[in-house]
Amino acid sequence: METKIDSMELVYAKPETLTDTPMHYCPGCGHGVAHKILMEVIDEMGITENTIGVAPVGCSVFAYMYMNVDMQEAAHGRASAAATGIKRVLPDKFVFSYQGDGDLAAIGTAETIHTVNRGENILMVFINNGIYGMTGGQMAPTSLAGMKTSTSPYGRDCATMGTPIKMTELIANLPGAYYVTRQSVHTPAAVRKLKKAIKASFEAQKQKKGTCFIEIVSNCPSGWKMTPLESNDWMEKNMFPYYTPGDIKVPQEMK
Amino acid sequence: MSIQHDESPKLMKGNEALAEAAIRANMQAYFGYPITPQSEILEYLTEQVPKRSKAVVLQAESEVASINMIYGAGGAGARVMTSSSSPGFSLMQEGISYIAAAEIPCLLVNVQRGGPGLGTIQPAQGDYFQATKGGGHGDYHIIVLAPNSVQEMADFVFEGFRLAEEYRMPALILADGAIGQMMEKVYLPKEGSLPFTQHDWATTGKPKSRERNFITSLHMEPDKMESVNLHLQDKYRKLRKEERYELFKVKDADIILVAFGLTARVCTKVMDLANEKGLRVGVVRPITLYPFPSDIIASLATPNRVFLTVEMNSGQMVEDVRLAVNGKSPVYFRGRMGGMIPTPEDILLEVEALAEKHNLIQV
Ligand SMILES: Cc1ncc(C[n+]2csc(CCOP(=O)(O)OP(=O)(O)O)c2C)c(N)n1
Repeated sequence: METKIDSMELVYAKPETLTDTPMHYCPGCGHGVAHKILMEVIDEMGITENTIGVAPVGCSVFAYMYMNVDMQEAAHGRASAAATGIKRVLPDKFVFSYQGDGDLAAIGTAETIHTVNRGENILMVFINNGIYGMTGGQMAPTSLAGMKTSTSPYGRDCATMGTPIKMTELIANLPGAYYVTRQSVHTPAAVRKLKKAIKASFEAQKQKKGTCFIEIVSNCPSGWKMTPLESNDWMEKNMFPYYTPGDIKVPQEMK
Repeated sequence: MSIQHDESPKLMKGNEALAEAAIRANMQAYFGYPITPQSEILEYLTEQVPKRSKAVVLQAESEVASINMIYGAGGAGARVMTSSSSPGFSLMQEGISYIAAAEIPCLLVNVQRGGPGLGTIQPAQGDYFQATKGGGHGDYHIIVLAPNSVQEMADFVFEGFRLAEEYRMPALILADGAIGQMMEKVYLPKEGSLPFTQHDWATTGKPKSRERNFITSLHMEPDKMESVNLHLQDKYRKLRKEERYELFKVKDADIILVAFGLTARVCTKVMDLANEKGLRVGVVRPITLYPFPSDIIASLATPNRVFLTVEMNSGQMVEDVRLAVNGKSPVYFRGRMGGMIPTPEDILLEVEALAEKHNLIQV
């Protein structure tokens, strides 16, 4: 049977801001969706030529293989320091960092706090999956109380291992933080909200308003040892009550 | 490169001359964190730059942050510099390894103090191994320039930026607390006399006309990682043509003193004192510690000569001297540690003892 392709209606195309390289992420992982949404916004806003991104060390270390914009791959925890360096010498460009919870909220805590405290005009994207995905499922600073990981095999004991850190609430207290929100990518509705948040952040960056910070609560099917569906379910039931999606700091003029 | 200088000299501290030279070299960004004995660099820049240039000067939250800001800004194509002293410079080592791997040009300054640990704020040369052998993880080197005067603190800023940009690698000015703190006459390099070219590899935003630029040190495939290493090693071989050194009376010398930076000043004084006593003493002053001027030292090594390496550490550069001499002459070492500076009289005693031991006394 003959098919006539030209009679079809184009309903979706991959944005030019994504390369053709197949992503290495596990099936069902939120990183891939988060990459796509971020790149879609950059494409739609027409700012590709003026955007520089910084990838972390973690599962998204290869973000620069997928994101078709100029990128730097920073040392573990230092993405926001590298982004600061880029933004300071190219103040009229759009700069974003993209980091996991180990990267941003453990080894890179000092850089995170001070980048926001200086109000660097960048967008920080923070993927919180409650675990160290890349190194094979160790406890993260954001692992939930009682959560079993390969380095907390009896469950996270907050008395000795600390309580899961709410980095997003913490940095929201700093005057340098302009817009702070917590989002997710597990449903089409969530994706639409995230898109709006990213767009608002780049708009704010254009006006040099300060740091925009988007936490994306995400799953880690492999690290959590669940199917993708189970992991999304577990995330809603266990992560969301503690890391509740929603805006944390919205300036008056953005409301 | 011949640096153009002011016609009249100024009296300046080493650290300040270095900072002034950085402004005149059109440095575009500086990131640093205070530590004695180099804090004047950050202080001078925070005071002068806002009045004179558009450069970025930022006091970071740590040396870890500083060096990673250097990574970012250097990767974005800017002419960048950071400075620290020994404990802070240790903190930068991971970042320097990334920068060397990603081939980002930048100028680093370590105004050394005595260690290990928190040590002392007095001058030392204990970071020679760290500076010349890589310092961080993996197989890499950085260019190392060792100034012995306030004049060279200023000149090596220009030289360091030029080398870093030409070879796409970090260049380090390895000074010490005395060179950083002392005041001397200096003819400052002329503003704007160091050309700058835009780097086509920099992450400045991807126009439609080119592929994206990305800066990384990650290569998961062993054959790719090896080829990156081979490329770096090839670059280090090419760098050997930049070897620099200074020679004093080595032609007829029986005893050759080898010393860099501050101790080279001590050794030229020892040479004069020894010459007055009829001893034939010369000095080799390595200026580039990496690449190390091995060939000239090798060419001076003969069985009837004696080498004495003098350092403010427990004996670090002496290993490179021994490698260059390769058994052809006896090589001795004399050092002070912990912030102590060897006196000419001390070294002279050592020279006299060696002369006697090797029957080099001419009357
Ligand atoms: C200095 C340093 N320490 C440790 C590591 C090993 N390491 C790589 S990724 C990682 C954790 C990543 O976890 P996270 O930031 O949560 O990102 P995810 O992989 O879950 O996306 C660690 C500890 C490293 N690469 N560098």
